[in-house]
Amino acid sequence: MVPTKEEMRAALEGRQGKELTEAFSQAAVAVCGLGGLGSHIAAALARAGIGKLILVDHDRVDVGNLHRQQYGASQVGRFKTEALAENLKEMAPYVELEIHTVRVGEENGVALLDGADVICEAFDDARCKAMLANLVLERLPEKYLVAASGMAGFGSPNGIRTRRVAERFYLCGDGTSEVADGVGLAAPRVMACAAHQAMTVLRILAGEFEA
Amino acid sequence: MVKVNGEDLEFAGKTVAEYLKAADYDRERIAVERNGEIVPRAQYEETVLLEGDCVEVVSFVGGG
Repeated sequence: MVPTKEEMRAALEGRQGKELTEAFSQAAVAVCGLGGLGSHIAAALARAGIGKLILVDHDRVDVGNLHRQQYGASQVGRFKTEALAENLKEMAPYVELEIHTVRVGEENGVALLDGADVICEAFDDARCKAMLANLVLERLPEKYLVAASGMAGFGSPNGIRTRRVAERFYLCGDGTSEVADGVGLAAPRVMACAAHQAMTVLRILAGEFEA
Repeated sequence: MVKVNGEDLEFAGKTVAEYLKAADYDRERIAVERNGEIVPRAQYEETVLLEGDCVEVVSFVGGG
């Protein structure tokens, strides 16, 4: 039996308090890229009671994603947007989801992200990461941007940190560990970075702006 | 002196583009903040660094 909206709200208030739960429920957060970072960010935010998530990814679930992303084996081949929406509805049945199965670029970025209070950059490719960061900082300067760089390999998770680069620009990760030949992605290290990003979003919405 | 990523460098009077070239940055993988404000990608050539400026070049590496 799925709990009612009121029951879930009361449970969240029990854990987070009324004030924060209300702030989270009023917020819209965009997650760009629904891989090892984005799928975990979205799960954490949906569970925390964020009112609306804008989920953007053009790709499909691949068997190579299953070791670190929030998808099931039966979802291989499906669009990540649709598969994740289904999974998030299991975790948080009353979250509002807006999904866009497209590539984010210069031409559509502003229209896609304009409805968000906070934007999470959660892409895999370094050029895509830089493109989105520049696009948000240049053209959506009133938004908060929470980006990530450096979470590959088997280095200590203690290297993952959050830095406030500018007033509305936060960067999570160790800054240097890049995917390369022989350097893959370990799920817990990517999840640690995703957790930094999700927690930074919650702190921003709570009015705590220091990293 | 211009402070770039925490280091004092003799780049006052030079443009952001000149610094990025000298430091061998891949312009497709970075964002540049100057005194807390983004330097738009289209303005690297014309943005001249001033004495006392604080610049941060944020590099993105792959993985996610």
